[in-house]
Amino acid sequence: MDRYPDKFDPQVMASAAFQRSHTGWLGLRYSDHGEDWVELELPWRADLLGDERRPVLASGPIISLVDMASGMAIWTAAGTFVQIATLDLRVDYNRPAREHASVFGRMRCYRRTRSAMFVNGIAHDGDIDDPIAHVAGVFMVIRPTKGDVRWKNS
Amino acid sequence: MEELLTAYARSLGIRVVGERDGAPLLQIDFSADVEGRPGAYHGGATAGLLETAGYAALHSRLRELGRDAALKPINITVEYLSAGLPQTSNARARIVRLGRRNANLVVEAWQSDTDKLIAMATMNVLIVDEE
Repeated sequence: MDRYPDKFDPQVMASAAFQRSHTGWLGLRYSDHGEDWVELELPWRADLLGDERRPVLASGPIISLVDMASGMAIWTAAGTFVQIATLDLRVDYNRPAREHASVFGRMRCYRRTRSAMFVNGIAHDGDIDDPIAHVAGVFMVIRPTKGDVRWKNS
Repeated sequence: MEELLTAYARSLGIRVVGERDGAPLLQIDFSADVEGRPGAYHGGATAGLLETAGYAALHSRLRELGRDAALKPINITVEYLSAGLPQTSNARARIVRLGRRNANLVVEAWQSDTDKLIAMATMNVLIVDEE
């Protein structure tokens, strides 16, 4: 399936996609979105901890969270579903999440070209002005559409 | 060896299966829990395997050195090289530099062909020695 019939809606996608697979296992939830950004929630859970000494979420599931939010931000910005693959993703951990806190991944697609989609954003635990991590990534478009070529490396 | 894994890693199905070139060798089987688009690993699950292999290697080395330390992530960059097919994935880390306060690691993940990586990660980890 290359396109949804209507404009891509991250909330509709989340209700279907987060029932199963890796995102379902993590228990991801839709939180909010804008024109070119999507925020998802990763609820706190005891079996997702990364430190025996403190009840804070591991960094692994936070990467899954921002990866998924990035993809959905791209589709939201594009207004349609495009086949993409993560090329790279960088996460700078500013501080640990608070104990027993949900973590939110808020990602924005700030640049779209025929071949690549560029995203950045944060992970936070309730206050977007006090992020737990900053994130940057690039996604490749698997089947580029014609026209609007600005990035010729593929 | 299982004590090298976090609750998250055990829950996802990651296991330590041995050693390779002096570092723990980690594996995970394909299942719905790690699936992204149908028939492929979710990038987040692959990143989780890489990161877990990094921490396992560092914990293991620090233990050999008699250092009791807590590890905290500074950053990770994951590069995806090819799709993770629905089969077992392996990962192993190389400690490029081990300092007193931080370590730099490179982690690689592959499937049936050891020469064909599916992903790699560069990690910086903060080491906080316990008194």
